[in-house]
Amino acid sequence: MEYEMVIGMEIHVELGTRTKIFCSCPTKFGQEENTHTCPVCLGMPGVLPVLNEKVVEYATRAGLALNCEIAHFSKMDRKNYFYPDLPKAYQTSQFDLPICTGGVVEIEVDGVKKDIGITRIHIEEDAGKLLHESADGTLVDVNRCGVPLVEIVTEPDLRSAEEARTFAEKVRNIMEYTGVSDCKMQEGSMRFDVNISMREKGVTVLGTRTEMKNLNSFRALIRAVQYESKRQIIELKKGHKIVQETRKWDDTKGVSASLRSKEEAQDYRYFPEPDLVPIVIEKEYIEKIKRELPELPEAKKQRYIDEYKLPEYDAGVLTATGVTARFFEEAVVLYDEPKQISNWIMVEIPPLLKEKEITMENIPIAPVQLAELLKLVKENVINGTSGKEVLKEMFNTGKNPGEIVKEKGLAQMSDTAELEAIIEKIVADNPKSVEDIGTGNEKAYGFLTGKVMKETKGKANPQVANKIIREVVAKHLG
Amino acid sequence: MSLTREDVTYVANLARLEFTPDEVTALIDKMGAVLDYAETLSELDTSTVKATEHVLAVQNVFREDVPKPCLSNEQALANAPESEAGCFKVPRVME
Repeated sequence: MEYEMVIGMEIHVELGTRTKIFCSCPTKFGQEENTHTCPVCLGMPGVLPVLNEKVVEYATRAGLALNCEIAHFSKMDRKNYFYPDLPKAYQTSQFDLPICTGGVVEIEVDGVKKDIGITRIHIEEDAGKLLHESADGTLVDVNRCGVPLVEIVTEPDLRSAEEARTFAEKVRNIMEYTGVSDCKMQEGSMRFDVNISMREKGVTVLGTRTEMKNLNSFRALIRAVQYESKRQIIELKKGHKIVQETRKWDDTKGVSASLRSKEEAQDYRYFPEPDLVPIVIEKEYIEKIKRELPELPEAKKQRYIDEYKLPEYDAGVLTATGVTARFFEEAVVLYDEPKQISNWIMVEIPPLLKEKEITMENIPIAPVQLAELLKLVKENVINGTSGKEVLKEMFNTGKNPGEIVKEKGLAQMSDTAELEAIIEKIVADNPKSVEDIGTGNEKAYGFLTGKVMKETKGKANPQVANKIIREVVAKHLG
Repeated sequence: MSLTREDVTYVANLARLEFTPDEVTALIDKMGAVLDYAETLSELDTSTVKATEHVLAVQNVFREDVPKPCLSNEQALANAPESEAGCFKVPRVME
Protein backbone atom coordinates (compact mmCIF):
# COMPACT_ATOMS: atom_id res chain seq x y z
CA MET A 1 0.00 0.00 0.00
CA GLU A 2 1.32 3.41 -0.86
CA TYR A 3 1.03 6.26 1.60
CA GLU A 4 0.97 9.97 1.08
CA MET A 5 2.35 12.42 3.61
CA VAL A 6 0.29 15.48 4.54
CA ILE A 7 2.08 18.30 6.34
CA GLY A 8 0.91 21.61 7.72
CA MET A 9 3.30 24.03 9.38
CA GLU A 10 3.28 26.76 11.95
CA ILE A 11 6.25 29.07 11.70
CA HIS A 12 7.13 31.43 14.53
CA VAL A 13 9.17 34.43 13.47
CA GLU A 14 10.58 36.93 15.96
CA LEU A 15 10.04 40.45 14.67
CA GLY A 16 13.04 42.75 14.49
CA THR A 17 11.54 45.59 16.54
CA ARG A 18 13.74 47.48 18.97
CA THR A 19 11.35 46.93 21.86
CA LYS A 20 8.99 44.23 23.09
CA ILE A 21 5.40 43.91 21.92
CA PHE A 22 3.67 45.42 24.97
CA CYS A 23 6.41 47.28 26.85
CA SER A 24 9.50 49.38 26.15
CA CYS A 25 12.11 46.78 27.14
CA PRO A 26 14.73 46.15 24.44
CA THR A 27 14.53 42.88 22.49
CA LYS A 28 18.29 42.40 22.26
CA PHE A 29 19.40 38.76 22.15
CA GLY A 30 22.06 37.22 24.36
CA GLN A 31 21.94 39.65 27.27
CA GLU A 32 22.55 38.80 30.90
CA GLU A 33 19.57 36.94 32.39
CA ASN A 34 16.64 39.01 33.65
CA THR A 35 18.15 42.40 32.85
CA HIS A 36 15.64 43.31 30.13
CA THR A 37 12.42 43.23 32.08
CA CYS A 38 9.89 45.60 33.54
CA PRO A 39 6.66 45.20 35.53
CA VAL A 40 4.69 44.61 32.28
CA CYS A 41 6.71 41.69 30.91
CA LEU A 42 7.26 40.30 34.41
CA GLY A 43 3.48 40.03 34.68
CA MET A 44 3.09 42.20 37.77
CA PRO A 45 -0.50 42.80 38.86
CA GLY A 46 -2.11 46.06 37.83
CA VAL A 47 0.14 46.89 34.89
CA LEU A 48 -1.20 47.81 31.46
CA PRO A 49 0.30 46.57 28.21
CA VAL A 50 0.42 48.95 25.23
CA LEU A 51 0.89 47.56 21.72
CA ASN A 52 4.08 48.48 19.84
CA GLU A 53 3.05 50.23 16.58
CA LYS A 54 5.98 48.63 14.73
CA VAL A 55 4.52 45.18 15.43
CA VAL A 56 1.39 46.11 13.50
CA GLU A 57 3.50 47.54 10.70
CA TYR A 58 5.80 44.50 10.46
CA ALA A 59 2.92 42.03 10.65
CA THR A 60 1.13 43.93 7.88
CA ARG A 61 4.29 43.88 5.81
CA ALA A 62 4.81 40.15 6.43
CA GLY A 63 1.19 39.49 5.51
CA LEU A 64 1.39 41.46 2.27
CA ALA A 65 4.66 39.75 1.32
CA LEU A 66 2.92 36.38 1.77
CA ASN A 67 -0.07 37.56 -0.30
CA CYS A 68 -2.49 37.69 2.63
CA GLU A 69 -5.60 39.76 3.25
CA ILE A 70 -4.96 42.29 5.99
CA ALA A 71 -7.84 42.39 8.46
CA HIS A 72 -9.60 45.73 8.81
CA PHE A 73 -10.45 44.75 12.37
CA SER A 74 -8.45 42.47 14.63
CA LYS A 75 -8.00 42.01 18.35
CA MET A 76 -5.79 40.40 20.96
CA ASP A 77 -6.82 37.44 23.10
CA ARG A 78 -5.52 35.62 26.13
CA LYS A 79 -4.37 32.04 25.71
CA ASN A 80 -4.30 30.49 29.16
CA TYR A 81 -1.83 27.89 30.29
CA PHE A 82 0.41 27.27 33.25
CA TYR A 83 4.06 27.02 32.42
CA PRO A 84 6.85 28.91 34.16
CA ASP A 85 8.11 30.49 30.92
CA LEU A 86 5.04 32.76 31.09
CA PRO A 87 4.91 34.85 34.26
CA LYS A 88 1.31 35.93 33.56
CA ALA A 89 0.06 32.33 33.17
CA TYR A 90 -1.36 33.37 29.81
CA GLN A 91 0.10 34.35 26.49
CA THR A 92 -1.28 37.42 24.79
CA SER A 93 -2.01 36.23 21.27
CA GLN A 94 -4.76 36.41 18.65
CA PHE A 95 -7.53 33.83 18.41
CA ASP A 96 -10.50 34.34 16.10
CA LEU A 97 -9.58 37.65 14.50
CA PRO A 98 -5.93 37.45 13.40
CA ILE A 99 -4.26 40.35 11.63
CA CYS A 100 -3.74 38.45 8.31
CA THR A 101 -5.61 35.63 6.59
CA GLY A 102 -5.63 33.69 3.34
CA GLY A 103 -2.19 34.04 1.79
CA VAL A 104 -0.23 31.93 -0.66
CA VAL A 105 3.43 31.14 -1.30
CA GLU A 106 4.65 29.46 -4.45
CA ILE A 107 7.38 26.87 -4.08
CA GLU A 108 9.30 24.85 -6.63
CA VAL A 109 10.59 21.34 -5.91
CA ASP A 110 12.20 19.23 -8.61
CA GLY A 111 11.02 21.64 -11.26
CA VAL A 112 7.38 21.42 -10.16
CA LYS A 113 5.72 24.62 -9.02
CA LYS A 114 3.09 24.49 -6.33
CA ASP A 115 1.05 26.92 -4.23
CA ILE A 116 1.12 26.54 -0.46
CA GLY A 117 -1.82 28.19 1.27
CA ILE A 118 -1.33 30.43 4.28
CA THR A 119 -4.31 30.07 6.60
CA ARG A 120 -3.47 32.98 8.85
CA ILE A 121 -0.77 35.08 10.45
CA HIS A 122 -1.26 36.37 13.96
CA ILE A 123 0.81 38.45 16.35
CA GLU A 124 1.71 37.32 19.85
CA GLU A 125 4.36 37.56 22.52
CA ASP A 126 7.26 35.16 22.90
CA ALA A 127 7.72 33.31 26.18
CA GLY A 128 10.73 33.35 28.48
CA LYS A 129 13.51 30.82 28.50
CA LEU A 130 13.85 27.88 30.86
CA LEU A 131 17.37 26.90 31.85
CA HIS A 132 17.97 23.47 33.24
CA GLU A 133 21.22 24.18 34.98
CA SER A 134 20.18 24.09 38.58
CA ALA A 135 20.55 20.90 40.58
CA ASP A 136 17.16 21.04 42.26
CA GLY A 137 14.95 23.25 40.12
CA THR A 138 14.43 25.05 36.82
CA LEU A 139 15.74 28.56 36.24
CA VAL A 140 13.70 31.16 34.34
CA ASP A 141 15.07 34.01 32.25
CA VAL A 142 12.30 36.48 31.38
CA ASN A 143 14.34 38.57 28.88
CA ARG A 144 12.66 36.95 25.86
CA CYS A 145 9.22 37.27 27.39
CA GLY A 146 7.24 39.75 25.31
CA VAL A 147 9.50 39.73 22.27
CA PRO A 148 7.04 40.11 19.36
CA LEU A 149 6.32 37.13 17.14
CA VAL A 150 4.24 36.45 14.10
CA GLU A 151 2.92 32.92 13.82
CA ILE A 152 2.41 31.86 10.21
CA VAL A 153 -0.01 28.95 9.85
CA THR A 154 -0.23 26.99 6.59
CA GLU A 155 -2.91 24.84 5.05
CA PRO A 156 -2.07 21.10 5.00
CA ASP A 157 -0.65 21.55 1.49
CA LEU A 158 2.86 20.15 1.91
CA ARG A 159 3.55 16.58 0.76
CA SER A 160 7.21 15.86 1.55
CA ALA A 161 10.09 16.83 3.80
CA GLU A 162 11.66 18.53 0.79
CA GLU A 163 8.55 20.64 0.21
CA ALA A 164 8.46 21.56 3.89
CA ARG A 165 12.10 22.65 3.81
CA THR A 166 11.71 24.58 0.55
CA PHE A 167 8.64 26.34 1.89
CA ALA A 168 10.31 27.17 5.22
CA GLU A 169 13.38 28.54 3.44
CA LYS A 170 11.25 30.63 1.14
CA VAL A 171 9.34 32.10 4.07
CA ARG A 172 12.62 32.86 5.80
CA ASN A 173 13.97 34.63 2.73
CA ILE A 174 10.82 36.70 2.36
CA MET A 175 10.83 37.65 6.05
CA GLU A 176 14.49 38.61 5.79
CA TYR A 177 13.96 40.57 2.57
CA THR A 178 11.07 42.55 3.98
CA GLY A 179 13.19 43.39 7.01
CA VAL A 180 10.60 42.21 9.53
CA SER A 181 13.06 39.75 11.08
CA ASP A 182 16.76 38.96 11.04
CA CYS A 183 15.69 35.28 10.86
CA LYS A 184 18.76 34.12 12.77
CA MET A 185 18.04 30.44 13.20
CA GLN A 186 20.86 29.92 15.71
CA GLU A 187 19.31 32.60 17.95
CA GLY A 188 15.87 31.03 17.72
CA SER A 189 14.43 33.91 15.67
CA MET A 190 12.57 31.33 13.62
CA ARG A 191 11.03 28.09 14.88
CA PHE A 192 8.85 25.49 13.20
CA ASP A 193 5.98 23.31 14.40
CA VAL A 194 4.91 20.56 11.98
CA ASN A 195 1.65 18.62 11.82
CA ILE A 196 2.07 15.33 10.02
CA SER A 197 -0.42 12.70 8.98
CA MET A 198 -0.38 9.86 6.48
CA ARG A 199 -3.12 8.61 4.22
CA GLU A 200 -3.42 6.04 1.47
CA LYS A 201 -2.68 7.50 -1.93
CA GLY A 202 -5.85 8.62 -3.61
CA VAL A 203 -7.80 9.07 -0.38
CA THR A 204 -8.96 12.63 0.25
CA VAL A 205 -9.82 12.40 3.96
CA LEU A 206 -6.99 13.45 6.26
CA GLY A 207 -5.42 10.85 8.57
CA THR A 208 -4.86 11.36 12.28
CA ARG A 209 -2.03 13.81 12.79
CA THR A 210 0.74 14.28 15.28
CA GLU A 211 2.40 17.58 16.03
CA MET A 212 6.06 18.29 16.61
CA LYS A 213 6.97 21.59 18.19
CA ASN A 214 9.93 23.92 18.24
CA LEU A 215 12.14 22.60 15.47
CA ASN A 216 14.82 25.25 15.24
CA SER A 217 16.78 24.39 12.12
CA PHE A 218 16.03 23.30 8.55
CA ARG A 219 17.98 20.14 9.25
CA ALA A 220 15.85 19.33 12.29
CA LEU A 221 12.74 20.05 10.23
CA ILE A 222 13.69 17.61 7.47
CA ARG A 223 14.83 14.89 9.85
CA ALA A 224 11.80 15.21 12.08
CA VAL A 225 9.41 14.95 9.12
CA GLN A 226 11.27 11.96 7.67
CA TYR A 227 11.37 10.18 11.01
CA GLU A 228 7.77 10.86 11.95
CA SER A 229 6.36 9.84 8.55
CA LYS A 230 8.29 6.56 8.67
CA ARG A 231 7.12 5.91 12.21
CA GLN A 232 3.51 6.47 11.22
CA ILE A 233 3.78 4.19 8.17
CA ILE A 234 5.22 1.41 10.33
CA GLU A 235 2.37 1.84 12.84
CA LEU A 236 -0.25 1.85 10.08
CA LYS A 237 1.21 -1.23 8.39
CA LYS A 238 1.03 -3.05 11.71
CA GLY A 239 -2.64 -2.20 11.70
CA HIS A 240 -2.27 0.26 14.60
CA LYS A 241 -4.12 3.54 14.81
CA ILE A 242 -2.13 6.76 14.96
CA VAL A 243 -2.69 8.52 18.27
CA GLN A 244 -3.33 12.22 17.97
CA GLU A 245 -0.65 13.72 20.17
CA THR A 246 2.12 16.24 20.55
CA ARG A 247 5.55 14.70 20.09
CA LYS A 248 8.92 16.06 20.97
CA TRP A 249 11.73 15.86 18.44
CA ASP A 250 15.12 14.97 19.91
CA ASP A 251 17.59 16.21 17.31
CA THR A 252 20.61 14.66 19.00
CA LYS A 253 19.14 11.16 19.12
CA GLY A 254 17.18 11.64 15.89
CA VAL A 255 13.92 10.29 17.31
CA SER A 256 10.53 11.68 18.34
CA ALA A 257 8.75 10.72 21.55
CA SER A 258 5.24 11.29 22.84
CA LEU A 259 4.91 14.45 24.91
CA ARG A 260 1.18 14.57 25.58
CA SER A 261 -1.84 12.90 24.11
CA LYS A 262 -5.10 14.43 22.94
CA GLU A 263 -6.77 13.39 26.19
CA GLU A 264 -4.38 15.68 28.03
CA ALA A 265 -4.63 18.24 25.27
CA GLN A 266 -4.42 21.84 26.35
CA ASP A 267 -7.64 23.71 26.91
CA TYR A 268 -6.45 27.25 26.37
CA ARG A 269 -9.73 28.98 27.26
CA TYR A 270 -9.08 31.89 24.91
CA PHE A 271 -10.92 35.09 25.68
CA PRO A 272 -10.61 38.69 24.44
CA GLU A 273 -7.80 40.60 26.13
CA PRO A 274 -9.53 43.32 28.16
CA ASP A 275 -6.32 45.34 28.61
CA LEU A 276 -5.71 45.90 24.91
CA VAL A 277 -8.09 47.63 22.53
CA PRO A 278 -8.83 46.37 19.02
CA ILE A 279 -6.60 47.11 16.03
CA VAL A 280 -8.26 48.82 13.10
CA ILE A 281 -6.24 49.01 9.89
CA GLU A 282 -7.39 51.39 7.17
CA LYS A 283 -6.98 50.80 3.43
CA GLU A 284 -4.63 53.79 3.10
CA TYR A 285 -2.29 52.31 5.67
CA ILE A 286 -2.20 48.97 3.85
CA GLU A 287 -1.58 50.74 0.54
CA LYS A 288 1.28 52.70 2.06
CA ILE A 289 2.94 49.54 3.45
CA LYS A 290 2.40 47.86 0.08
CA ARG A 291 4.16 50.70 -1.73
CA GLU A 292 7.07 50.52 0.69
CA LEU A 293 7.54 46.75 0.29
CA PRO A 294 11.04 46.03 -0.98
CA GLU A 295 11.69 43.90 -4.05
CA LEU A 296 10.97 40.28 -3.08
CA PRO A 297 13.25 37.31 -3.92
CA GLU A 298 11.28 36.16 -6.97
CA ALA A 299 11.22 39.60 -8.60
CA LYS A 300 14.85 40.20 -7.74
CA LYS A 301 15.90 36.92 -9.33
CA GLN A 302 14.12 37.86 -12.56
CA ARG A 303 15.72 41.29 -12.53
CA TYR A 304 19.21 39.77 -12.12
CA ILE A 305 18.53 37.66 -15.19
CA ASP A 306 17.19 40.60 -17.23
CA GLU A 307 19.35 43.45 -16.00
CA TYR A 308 22.66 41.77 -15.22
CA LYS A 309 22.33 39.03 -17.88
CA LEU A 310 23.13 36.41 -15.27
CA PRO A 311 22.26 32.73 -15.77
CA GLU A 312 19.15 31.64 -13.87
CA TYR A 313 21.30 29.50 -11.59
CA ASP A 314 23.47 32.46 -10.56
CA ALA A 315 20.43 34.67 -10.03
CA GLY A 316 18.89 31.99 -7.81
CA VAL A 317 21.97 31.59 -5.65
CA LEU A 318 22.57 35.34 -5.29
CA THR A 319 18.98 36.10 -4.32
CA ALA A 320 18.61 33.12 -1.97
CA THR A 321 19.25 35.40 0.97
CA GLY A 322 18.88 39.15 1.30
CA VAL A 323 22.39 39.51 2.70
CA THR A 324 23.98 37.89 -0.35
CA ALA A 325 21.83 39.94 -2.74
CA ARG A 326 22.76 43.16 -0.96
CA PHE A 327 26.44 42.23 -1.07
CA PHE A 328 26.23 41.51 -4.78
CA GLU A 329 24.33 44.71 -5.56
CA GLU A 330 26.75 46.90 -3.64
CA ALA A 331 29.72 45.30 -5.40
CA VAL A 332 28.18 45.54 -8.85
CA VAL A 333 27.65 49.30 -8.45
CA LEU A 334 31.39 49.67 -7.91
CA TYR A 335 32.53 47.16 -10.49
CA ASP A 336 30.31 46.61 -13.47
CA GLU A 337 31.10 42.95 -14.20
CA PRO A 338 28.10 41.08 -12.75
CA LYS A 339 29.17 37.61 -13.89
CA GLN A 340 32.67 38.05 -12.46
CA ILE A 341 31.27 39.16 -9.10
CA SER A 342 28.74 36.35 -9.19
CA ASN A 343 31.50 33.77 -9.80
CA TRP A 344 33.54 34.98 -6.88
CA ILE A 345 30.55 35.11 -4.55
CA MET A 346 29.39 31.64 -5.58
CA VAL A 347 32.74 29.85 -5.94
CA GLU A 348 35.50 31.57 -3.97
CA ILE A 349 33.69 33.04 -0.97
CA PRO A 350 31.71 30.00 0.34
CA PRO A 351 34.76 27.83 1.18
CA LEU A 352 36.31 30.73 3.07
CA LEU A 353 33.08 31.26 5.04
CA LYS A 354 32.95 27.56 5.77
CA GLU A 355 36.52 27.54 7.00
CA LYS A 356 35.68 30.30 9.46
CA GLU A 357 32.33 28.65 10.32
CA ILE A 358 30.38 31.80 9.56
CA THR A 359 27.69 32.80 7.07
CA MET A 360 27.27 35.72 4.64
CA GLU A 361 25.72 37.68 7.50
CA ASN A 362 29.10 37.93 9.19
CA ILE A 363 31.31 38.10 6.10
CA PRO A 364 34.47 39.92 7.19
CA ILE A 365 34.98 41.73 3.88
CA ALA A 366 32.98 44.60 2.43
CA PRO A 367 31.54 44.61 -1.11
CA VAL A 368 33.83 47.53 -1.93
CA GLN A 369 36.82 45.34 -1.07
CA LEU A 370 35.71 42.55 -3.38
CA ALA A 371 35.14 45.11 -6.15
CA GLU A 372 38.64 46.47 -5.62
CA LEU A 373 40.14 43.00 -5.73
CA LEU A 374 38.38 42.15 -8.98
CA LYS A 375 39.59 45.43 -10.50
CA LEU A 376 43.15 44.46 -9.63
CA VAL A 377 42.66 41.16 -11.45
CA LYS A 378 40.97 42.82 -14.40
CA GLU A 379 43.75 45.38 -14.75
CA ASN A 380 46.35 42.59 -14.62
CA VAL A 381 47.94 43.95 -11.48
CA ILE A 382 47.59 40.43 -10.13
CA ASN A 383 46.52 37.24 -11.81
CA GLY A 384 43.53 35.11 -10.84
CA THR A 385 45.52 32.68 -8.71
CA SER A 386 47.02 35.49 -6.66
CA GLY A 387 43.55 36.99 -6.46
CA LYS A 388 42.31 33.96 -4.55
CA GLU A 389 45.26 34.20 -2.23
CA VAL A 390 44.54 37.89 -1.62
CA LEU A 391 40.87 37.13 -0.91
CA LYS A 392 41.89 34.61 1.72
CA GLU A 393 44.21 37.14 3.28
CA MET A 394 41.40 39.73 3.25
CA PHE A 395 39.22 37.26 5.17
CA ASN A 396 41.97 36.69 7.72
CA THR A 397 43.19 40.23 8.23
CA GLY A 398 40.41 42.51 7.00
CA LYS A 399 43.04 44.46 5.07
CA ASN A 400 42.36 46.03 1.69
CA PRO A 401 43.43 44.06 -1.40
CA GLY A 402 45.85 46.75 -2.60
CA GLU A 403 47.64 46.69 0.71
CA ILE A 404 47.92 42.89 0.70
CA VAL A 405 49.25 42.84 -2.87
CA LYS A 406 51.95 45.31 -1.84
CA GLU A 407 52.85 43.54 1.40
CA LYS A 408 53.08 40.10 -0.12
CA GLY A 409 54.70 41.30 -3.32
CA LEU A 410 51.99 39.67 -5.39
CA ALA A 411 51.81 42.29 -8.10
CA GLN A 412 52.39 40.77 -11.51
CA MET A 413 55.71 41.57 -13.12
CA SER A 414 54.81 43.73 -16.02
CA ASP A 415 58.15 45.47 -15.72
CA THR A 416 59.50 44.43 -19.11
CA ALA A 417 63.19 44.94 -18.34
CA GLU A 418 63.10 42.72 -15.27
CA LEU A 419 61.10 40.04 -17.05
CA GLU A 420 63.36 40.22 -20.09
CA ALA A 421 66.43 39.50 -17.97
CA ILE A 422 64.76 36.45 -16.44
CA ILE A 423 63.54 35.19 -19.79
CA GLU A 424 66.91 35.73 -21.45
CA LYS A 425 68.47 33.49 -18.82
CA ILE A 426 65.81 30.78 -19.09
CA VAL A 427 66.01 30.68 -22.86
CA ALA A 428 69.80 30.51 -22.71
CA ASP A 429 69.60 27.65 -20.19
CA ASN A 430 67.21 25.63 -22.39
CA PRO A 431 68.72 25.43 -25.86
CA LYS A 432 66.79 22.20 -26.51
CA SER A 433 63.48 24.06 -26.30
CA VAL A 434 64.68 26.74 -28.65
CA GLU A 435 65.75 24.03 -31.07
CA ASP A 436 62.33 22.35 -30.79
CA ILE A 437 60.60 25.60 -31.56
CA GLY A 438 62.91 26.01 -34.52
CA THR A 439 61.67 22.69 -35.87
CA GLY A 440 58.10 23.76 -35.44
CA ASN A 441 57.24 22.28 -32.04
CA GLU A 442 55.08 25.05 -30.57
CA LYS A 443 54.60 23.07 -27.35
CA ALA A 444 58.06 24.11 -26.23
CA TYR A 445 56.67 27.62 -25.68
CA GLY A 446 54.48 26.20 -22.97
CA PHE A 447 57.48 24.62 -21.31
CA LEU A 448 59.35 27.94 -21.32
CA THR A 449 56.33 29.84 -20.02
CA GLY A 450 56.11 27.31 -17.19
CA LYS A 451 59.74 27.94 -16.32
CA VAL A 452 59.14 31.70 -16.28
CA MET A 453 56.10 31.36 -14.02
CA LYS A 454 58.09 29.15 -11.68
CA GLU A 455 60.99 31.56 -11.61
CA THR A 456 58.70 34.53 -10.89
CA LYS A 457 56.55 32.57 -8.41
CA GLY A 458 53.55 33.07 -10.66
CA LYS A 459 53.78 36.83 -10.68
CA ALA A 460 54.69 37.23 -14.33
CA ASN A 461 51.90 38.65 -16.40
CA PRO A 462 51.25 35.70 -18.73
CA GLN A 463 50.50 37.83 -21.80
CA VAL A 464 53.59 40.01 -21.35
CA ALA A 465 55.81 36.99 -20.59
CA ASN A 466 54.58 35.20 -23.67
CA LYS A 467 55.31 38.12 -25.90
CA ILE A 468 58.86 38.48 -24.57
CA ILE A 469 59.54 34.73 -24.78
CA ARG A 470 58.61 34.79 -28.45
CA GLU A 471 60.86 37.79 -29.07
CA VAL A 472 63.83 36.27 -27.25
CA VAL A 473 63.43 32.86 -28.90
CA ALA A 474 63.19 34.52 -32.30
CA LYS A 475 66.42 36.34 -31.55
CA HIS A 476 68.15 33.10 -30.57
CA LEU A 477 66.95 31.33 -33.67
CA GLY A 478 68.36 34.32 -35.49
CA MET B 1 -27.47 23.87 34.99
CA SER B 2 -26.44 20.41 36.07
CA LEU B 3 -22.76 19.67 36.20
CA THR B 4 -21.04 16.33 36.52
CA ARG B 5 -18.16 15.45 38.84
CA GLU B 6 -15.98 15.27 35.73
CA ASP B 7 -16.89 18.85 34.78
CA VAL B 8 -15.80 20.07 38.19
CA THR B 9 -12.56 18.10 38.37
CA TYR B 10 -11.72 19.12 34.79
CA VAL B 11 -12.09 22.82 35.58
CA ALA B 12 -10.26 22.33 38.88
CA ASN B 13 -7.38 20.72 37.04
CA LEU B 14 -7.20 23.61 34.55
CA ALA B 15 -6.96 26.01 37.49
CA ARG B 16 -4.49 23.71 39.29
CA LEU B 17 -6.83 23.39 42.27
CA GLU B 18 -7.11 20.26 44.37
CA PHE B 19 -10.40 19.31 46.04
CA THR B 20 -11.49 16.51 48.32
CA PRO B 21 -14.37 14.34 47.04
CA ASP B 22 -16.73 16.17 49.46
CA GLU B 23 -15.64 19.54 48.15
CA VAL B 24 -16.24 18.36 44.59
CA THR B 25 -19.74 17.26 45.56
CA ALA B 26 -20.44 20.68 47.07
CA LEU B 27 -19.02 22.46 44.02
CA ILE B 28 -21.33 20.61 41.64
CA ASP B 29 -24.21 22.64 43.06
CA LYS B 30 -22.31 25.86 43.74
CA MET B 31 -20.80 26.10 40.26
CA GLY B 32 -24.10 25.09 38.78
CA ALA B 33 -25.79 27.99 40.54
CA VAL B 34 -23.24 30.45 39.19
CA LEU B 35 -23.72 29.15 35.68
CA ASP B 36 -27.51 29.26 36.09
CA TYR B 37 -27.27 32.91 37.02
CA ALA B 38 -25.15 33.66 33.95
CA GLU B 39 -27.61 31.61 31.91
CA THR B 40 -30.34 34.20 32.53
CA LEU B 41 -28.59 36.31 29.88
CA SER B 42 -29.67 33.75 27.31
CA GLU B 43 -33.26 34.88 27.79
CA LEU B 44 -32.40 37.93 25.71
CA ASP B 45 -32.59 37.74 21.96
CA THR B 46 -29.14 38.78 20.78
CA SER B 47 -29.44 37.48 17.24
CA THR B 48 -29.32 41.02 15.86
CA VAL B 49 -26.65 42.34 18.26
CA LYS B 50 -23.08 42.57 17.07
CA ALA B 51 -20.54 40.69 19.17
CA THR B 52 -18.70 42.91 21.64
CA GLU B 53 -14.97 42.71 21.02
CA HIS B 54 -14.13 45.22 23.69
CA VAL B 55 -16.10 47.15 26.28
CA LEU B 56 -14.46 50.46 25.39
CA ALA B 57 -15.23 52.23 22.14
CA VAL B 58 -11.52 52.86 21.69
CA GLN B 59 -9.15 51.42 19.11
CA ASN B 60 -5.54 51.64 17.97
CA VAL B 61 -3.77 52.59 21.16
CA PHE B 62 -0.12 52.21 20.22
CA ARG B 63 3.32 52.85 21.64
CA GLU B 64 6.36 54.10 19.73
CA ASP B 65 9.10 51.51 19.27
CA VAL B 66 11.58 53.31 21.52
CA PRO B 67 13.44 51.48 24.30
CA LYS B 68 13.20 52.71 27.88
CA PRO B 69 15.30 51.71 30.89
CA CYS B 70 14.55 48.30 32.40
CA LEU B 71 14.59 47.05 35.95
CA SER B 72 17.89 45.84 37.31
CA ASN B 73 18.36 42.13 37.80
CA GLU B 74 18.05 42.65 41.58
CA GLN B 75 14.81 44.61 41.19
CA ALA B 76 13.38 42.02 38.81
CA LEU B 77 14.07 39.21 41.25
CA ALA B 78 13.07 41.15 44.39
CA ASN B 79 9.67 39.42 44.69
CA ALA B 80 10.87 35.98 43.68
CA PRO B 81 10.35 33.37 46.44
CA GLU B 82 13.49 31.69 45.15
CA SER B 83 16.24 32.71 42.78
CA GLU B 84 19.57 31.40 41.59
CA ALA B 85 22.26 32.63 39.19
CA GLY B 86 20.29 35.78 38.30
CA CYS B 87 17.18 33.75 37.47
CA PHE B 88 13.80 32.96 38.94
CA LYS B 89 13.88 29.48 40.39
CA VAL B 90 10.85 27.24 40.07
CA PRO B 91 10.20 23.56 40.80
CA ARG B 92 11.89 21.34 38.26
CA VAL B 93 10.14 21.31 34.88
CA MET B 94 10.63 18.20 32.77
CA GLU B 95 11.90 19.03 29.31
